[in-house]
Parts: sequence; C-alpha cells; structure tokens
Amino acid sequence: MTPRNWWAESTELPGAPGVRALSVSSNDWSRAAQELAAGGARLLALWANRGEHALPKVHAAFLIDSGALLFDLQMTDDDASYPGLEGHFPCASRMQRAMADLCGVRSSDPDVRAWLRHNAWPPDFHPLRNPASQLTDHEAGVDVYPFVRVDGEGVHEIPVGPVHAGIIEPGHFRFSIVGEKVLRLEERLGYVHKGIERRFTELDIFDAHRLAARVSGDSAVAFSWAYCQALEAIAGIAIPPRAAWLRALCLELERIVNHLGDLGALGNDAGFAFGLAQFSRLKENLLRACDAALGERYLMNAIVPGGTRFDLGTIEARGLTSAVTAIVNEVSALRTIYDEHEGVRDRFTGAGVVTPELAARLGLTGLAGRASGQAFDLRCDLPCAPYTEVEVTKIGRSTGDVAARVAVRFDETKESAHLIERLLAGLPAGAYRVTVPLPPAAALGVGLIEGWRGPVLVALEAGAGGRIARCHPHDPSWQNWPVLEHAIIGNIVPDFPLINKSFNLSYSGHDL
Amino acid sequence: MLKTLRQISAVGIVTEPHPATDDSLRLRETLQQRILGVLGRALCIREVDAGSCNGCELEIQALNNPLYNLEGLGIRFVASPRHADLLLVTGPVSKHMEVALRRTYEATPDPKLVVAVGDCGCTGGIFGESYASRGRVSNVIPVDVAIPGCPPSPTRILTGILTALESSATSAKGVRP
Repeated sequence: MTPRNWWAESTELPGAPGVRALSVSSNDWSRAAQELAAGGARLLALWANRGEHALPKVHAAFLIDSGALLFDLQMTDDDASYPGLEGHFPCASRMQRAMADLCGVRSSDPDVRAWLRHNAWPPDFHPLRNPASQLTDHEAGVDVYPFVRVDGEGVHEIPVGPVHAGIIEPGHFRFSIVGEKVLRLEERLGYVHKGIERRFTELDIFDAHRLAARVSGDSAVAFSWAYCQALEAIAGIAIPPRAAWLRALCLELERIVNHLGDLGALGNDAGFAFGLAQFSRLKENLLRACDAALGERYLMNAIVPGGTRFDLGTIEARGLTSAVTAIVNEVSALRTIYDEHEGVRDRFTGAGVVTPELAARLGLTGLAGRASGQAFDLRCDLPCAPYTEVEVTKIGRSTGDVAARVAVRFDETKESAHLIERLLAGLPAGAYRVTVPLPPAAALGVGLIEGWRGPVLVALEAGAGGRIARCHPHDPSWQNWPVLEHAIIGNIVPDFPLINKSFNLSYSGHDL
Repeated sequence: MLKTLRQISAVGIVTEPHPATDDSLRLRETLQQRILGVLGRALCIREVDAGSCNGCELEIQALNNPLYNLEGLGIRFVASPRHADLLLVTGPVSKHMEVALRRTYEATPDPKLVVAVGDCGCTGGIFGESYASRGRVSNVIPVDVAIPGCPPSPTRILTGILTALESSATSAKGVRP
C-alpha cells in the first residue's frame, strides 16, 4: 500500500499560513496517523468537540514538511471510542485522557486513568459536553491516583508536591529511587485546571483574547496572538503590516524575558547564585523598558483583535532598542563567565540528556526539541508576517543535555535581540489596528505561533452572535512533560530541579 | 573568577528604597500588632500558587532580584508553611488545589497572615467561579490583605506585604528599619 498524499487531498483552513484540513473516516484516521508518523510528522495537538446535541468530533493537528495538517473524525456513535494515536505518537496519550475527562470522548488507549479530573467533579460530568449544565453539589472524595510502582530491593518513593518549595506552579512528582539514583519519575498534573476551555464558551469572541493571554502568563503574547490570528482569519481580514511587526516585537521581547529568567535560575540551581542576581537584574531592566515603551511589564494586554493595543512612537522605539542592546551586551559577558565556570559546566554538561533519537520518537518540541536535534521553528518553517520578511536564523544543538538547553537560550536571546533591532528599524508606517467584523457561526480557524517554549496552537470555532462554540488552546508543554520523565532517568535526585528548570514547562498552559 | 568579581564591582549595589504601605489594600485588622510584637520586621513567607496562570509568580519572583532585594528588608521566602508567618496566595483557587491550600493554611503556625495576590486572587479574575474554580482566595481561607493587578508589579506586591506587616498606626512612616 503506497502512502496516500493526505496533503493533496486536504483543503486550506483559515488561520496561520500553511494550515490545511481533511475530514477522515475512522480507518483513514489510523492509517493517516501511521503514514504520517512513518514520514516524520509531529503531533501538534489533539482535541474534541462535542456539543450538547451533536455527535462528537475529534481533531488532530500534525506538522509535516509541507505545513500543518488537521484531521477531523466525525464519530457516528455517541459512546463509541475512536482509534487512539498513542502507538504512533506517544504524547497523544495524555491528550486523549484529557479529552475523556472534559468531553467524555474515549479513545482505544488502554490507559483510562483520569488525567485532568481529580475528583473535584463526578466522572459522569463532562464540562465541555454540556456547556450549559451546572455541576450539582459534589463532595470531593479522597483523590487516589494509581501511580505505577517500581519494585525491587532498596527501591523507595519520594512524593513531591503539589505545593512546591519554590515560587513556582503546583504539580506532583513521584520519584522511585535507589540511593540517590532516579529509576523512574511519574508526573501527575492537573492541579491548576480552572476550566479555561469552558470559560471560553462564556465569553464574547472579541473579548476572549484576554483569556487566551492568561492560559499561561509567561506566554501571553504567543497565546493571544495565536487566538487573534485564528479570529482574524475566520472573520476574513488581514491585519496591517505595522500590527504584525509590533506583534513580533512583543513575541521576541517575551522570548528574551523568559530566557533571562531561566538563565539566572539555571545558574542558581547549579549553585552559582551570582548568575541569578545578574540575570534577574537584566530581566528587571528589560521589564521596565517594556513598561516604559509599551505600557506594561508583562505583555498581557498588548495583542488585541485586529492588531495591537498600542502604537509605538519613535522615542519609545529608540528607548527599547538601547535597552535591549545594553542587556544583550551584558548577556554576552555573562555567557563567558558561565562557559568558563568549571562548577557550572560540570553541573550542566551531561545532565538530563534526551538524545535526538529519543526526542524524535517522543515528539520533543520547541526550545527543548531544538537542543536535541529537532530543528523545528514555526518562524522559519511556517512563517507568518513579519517573519516572511524578517528572517529568523534557526538555533540548534544536538547533545540534548542541560548545557544544550542553556546554549539554545543564549543563542536565541542574541537572535531575538537582533530581530528586535531589525523590527524596530524597519517598522512599516500605517495603522496598527483595524476593526474585525463578526465571523460567521461554525467557522473554524487555527492560529499557530512559535512561543518561547515552542509551538502554540489555538483552534477557534465561532458560535452564533459573537459567541465562541469551542476554543482549544494548546501549549507545547503537553508534548514535553512526558519527555522530562525520560530525561531524569539515571540522574540523581539533587539534579532534578536543574533538569526540570532547563525544560521550564508550563503547568497552567497544560492543566487549562 | 576575575571576570565574575569585575562584573560584581561594575554593577555595584542596585537596590532601591522600598515603597510606603497602603491601607486601602487591607481587608481586615486582626493580628498585625501581635505579629509585630513577636517578629519585628523579620518575616518568613510561604508562596502558594493555588491556580494562577503563573503571571503573578513571575512578579513575586522578581521581589528577590537585586533591585527589590526583599531579603534586605528581613523578609524571605521559605520552603515549608511550618516555617512561615505569612502566606502569599495567588489564584483563582482551583478546586484541585483547594485541599492543598487549606492544608498549607492549617500547617502554618499561629499567628499568621494571608495576602492574596492578583486580580484572580482578589476576585476570581477572568476565570471566575466554575465547576473547576472556587474563585477568590477568601472563599477558601481568611485573607488579611488583597493586592489587585494582572499581574501586580513587584512594587505593589511589596506594598501589600508591608501593609500586612505594619499596623495602620505605624504605616504612615514607611521607613526602612
């Protein structure tokens, strides 16, 4: 059987450039997954749509050489299960479990443990199935999760979380160890599930970009841009060039802000407090420069439907350019100090290795993927404006250890600063915002933006009268959390904070 | 090593003066005098993310940077609620974090203070109350001071912490001890 040309059969979908869609039967769903996996495709996102009176529909988005390909499978039986994709794309497993919790749509995956539901609501309540239904009083019982146990002489468990020691998000880690060596890590997430997907259906379609920005606060620009990209496409308008350039400016600022924070925290976790002091100072300087030029430290409200909330004057642009230049010059000096510090080098090198082969098999994506030979970056591979004009140099490493993830951050910080310089120098004149008309009901659009962590996807389906029928925001952490479980195997427990920080995955963006 | 020392000396001390307190953030007036009597201004904080988007956490982390230099005020973040005098809680409180938040509160020795951070911690914010969210922090545990903002700046968070710490009688001074 020769592989079918799924791409040729698909039709263009509104949203990011290079996104196409195809409705498939249950057999073709599995066959397509198998053929795409064999061809090196990567799973971008998986979600279900289930109205109160409609039969469920399952959607899968893949990244292939030619672009992003969406499959949708219309189920014909309300209680049937659809073929799971976990055999070809291991990261599909948790997404399928989440779909079962929220939509009541089951896959054929034998792992049927609840994932985002922790007993706060009864198993037969599916928040996305009956958008109007209210949860009746439910006494949350004791939440017992069947972790996989490791047996053997001298094996014991360390439970960590959900409340962690640092100022970070909550989640639970279960380590099975011998001595100091980690045999197995099992994650349990979902603690910050706050009903984001259902909340979308209660908001006005022109207001919900604010919720998108708060899916994961550190990726506000990426999510709000992806949301607006989908909305503008189904409404049938293109944003003015100036708006696209200003959005890219925000996205690159967000990338540098996060990288500076991580580079400091990674130094600290390697026992080099000097690094935290220096990088956190530089991050603060950049946040203040953002505040001065764009009106807020974190760009939670910068991206709005039709463009940006703000315009940028020449004086503000000049201030931002000089702040970024000063910061990047200092980063380059600090990089030399990190590189030459034997203690830091010793902790970074060889810790938490994910080989390129493993990364490809598990679908490691984004920044962490690029440190393990997975050279994918939407800004280069599927560029939207302005990345079609302001080209990005793709960064990559192949050793897949903490050192590689640190190096990618250093390189990307420099590259983003270079981009910011070019974006500000060539900022097109004209409007920075246009009015967005009401999109037609049932129109589906998909936004795709390379956030600092990796590809962010927002699938938006309009409802009637300016409402939202369904909105699924997808954070790359879904793909990368399971890989962290592999990265820690064979490492010692004290290296976990360092390895974990080198991935710096989102809890809120995952738990929704 | 030489480069490290050169960098430290080139940067120098960048810490700024701390903000004055703000009584408008205060929700209730109960324990401040007692805590002040026991602790002076040395304070241990346990931060609890009870469902936030991580935005508030980023600004809380910033309090430890050299410009705000929280530890320079005698205030520090600790790893266990059993060592804490004050809980700094971000929200909305997800139903999945409700038990953990209650347990953290119970594990914190009396007398204790609670400061809710961010619009979500103050009101439930854009997430509100739902099948998965309990909304504002004060729906779950008693709150002394609430700091709005999305996210509030480190200066506002510091103002809120100092407001919780000072009794309203002494708050007008706003001087570094």
